Amino acid sequence: MNVLLDHFADFREGFVGTVLLTLASGLLAMVLGVVIAGFRVSPVPPLRAFGTAWVTLFRNTPLTLLFLIAWFVVPVIFAPGMSPWTKALLALSFYTSAFVCEAVRSGITTVPLGQAEAARSLGMTFSQTLRLIVLPQATRTVVAPLSSIFIALTKNSAIAGAFSVTELFGWQKTLSDQGYAIAWIFLWVALGYLVITFSISGLFQLLERRLGVAR
Amino acid sequence: MTEVSVAEEDKAATGELVVLKSVNKHFGALHVLQDIDLTIARGEVVVVIGPSGSGKSTLCRTVNRLETIDSGTISIDGRPLPQEGKELARLRADVGMVFQSFNLFAHKTVLENVMLGQVKVRKADKKQAEDKARALLDRVGVGAQADKYPAQLSGGQQQRVAIARALAMDPKVMLFDEPTSALDPEMINEVLEVMQQLARDGMTMIVVTHEMGFARSAANRVVFMADGRIVEQAAPDQFFSSPRSDRAKDFLSKILHH
Repeated sequence: MNVLLDHFADFREGFVGTVLLTLASGLLAMVLGVVIAGFRVSPVPPLRAFGTAWVTLFRNTPLTLLFLIAWFVVPVIFAPGMSPWTKALLALSFYTSAFVCEAVRSGITTVPLGQAEAARSLGMTFSQTLRLIVLPQATRTVVAPLSSIFIALTKNSAIAGAFSVTELFGWQKTLSDQGYAIAWIFLWVALGYLVITFSISGLFQLLERRLGVAR
Repeated sequence: MTEVSVAEEDKAATGELVVLKSVNKHFGALHVLQDIDLTIARGEVVVVIGPSGSGKSTLCRTVNRLETIDSGTISIDGRPLPQEGKELARLRADVGMVFQSFNLFAHKTVLENVMLGQVKVRKADKKQAEDKARALLDRVGVGAQADKYPAQLSGGQQQRVAIARALAMDPKVMLFDEPTSALDPEMINEVLEVMQQLARDGMTMIVVTHEMGFARSAANRVVFMADGRIVEQAAPDQFFSSPRSDRAKDFLSKILHH
């Protein structure tokens, strides 16, 4: 009768799968993105080149292609025996980290140069200057674009479903194969995604307001 | 350790703290610093003046390598400036810098601004750093503002905090890059008084400024720059009463009229 009620356990499993995959790859993308952004503004030319190469590679490759590479190339060349979930995590977070990096870098450029000069003239190293002075002041500008990036990540995680990782979008395929009315399935899937994306934008709005007051 | 400090004392006696030798720098086609030779003795207060675009700010910024140079050498306390890296960072900690636009850390309170370098660079104990910071803030007359953010302070107060922040590192030499140029007229004196006190206490200072009053009263030597060269240097009395070069005469006639 009702797809959602009949298969709620599967739906819940898919929903939780999407949330976990988004959270984990969001976290890893965040860490990678900040580090790579640091590379891109570093005074060391090889690090800068690495950062630029990373962003160019992962920002300009279709995500599906990255998934295919994670599935069929990475196990052969680098690390055999990774679980599908890990492969999905890597593909998603590497891809997203390129966008996080550019958002963070644009935030860094909004911090007046004098702030970094003052830090350096006190004897701080490059990484201290970045960590203690520049990044904290860049955070406010970076929050808004980051929220968009994480919402995009949530929806991009649907690709993992096509690669047999348990997540929300995969639920749709299983059930439409069983002959349920497609419109209802899509409606529930869409609502599931909305819950996650609305939570993300709500969270980031809160963050923006907090940072706005506390400078 | 004691032997090292004795050796440093000996070097102190020889007196040369900052030495620039045939320093050249270009900004593209512009030759901003042309064969600059300048020696600053320990405890000396040198005021650098000159028309805008003469390279005096650039000169000041090369001393702690915020600007790189194309040729020549700069050494501080007998050691040449190293390449960018940990070594340079260590040397910069010994060179205090005060900027035209204050550059206080906007996301930190006044107290944190003065503590940060001590704690993160000198690895000082937090409590000691705070005591020292409060003492320095009192000394420059902004002790009551310790818990405010820089944006809540007047320009004159911000610049005095910036001086305290630099002093917290116990620098061997202080660089002032037009410290009063961004200030409203009524705030200039409060900053100059702090600098004058500092000069009386024996701090080695390189001051780029347009404040001729300060040059007269606090400087041991005036360095006059124009078009990327040091045109003339002399004791302030001598320089202001009877400048030798035409360039300096012209400059003084323009600024001393009003």
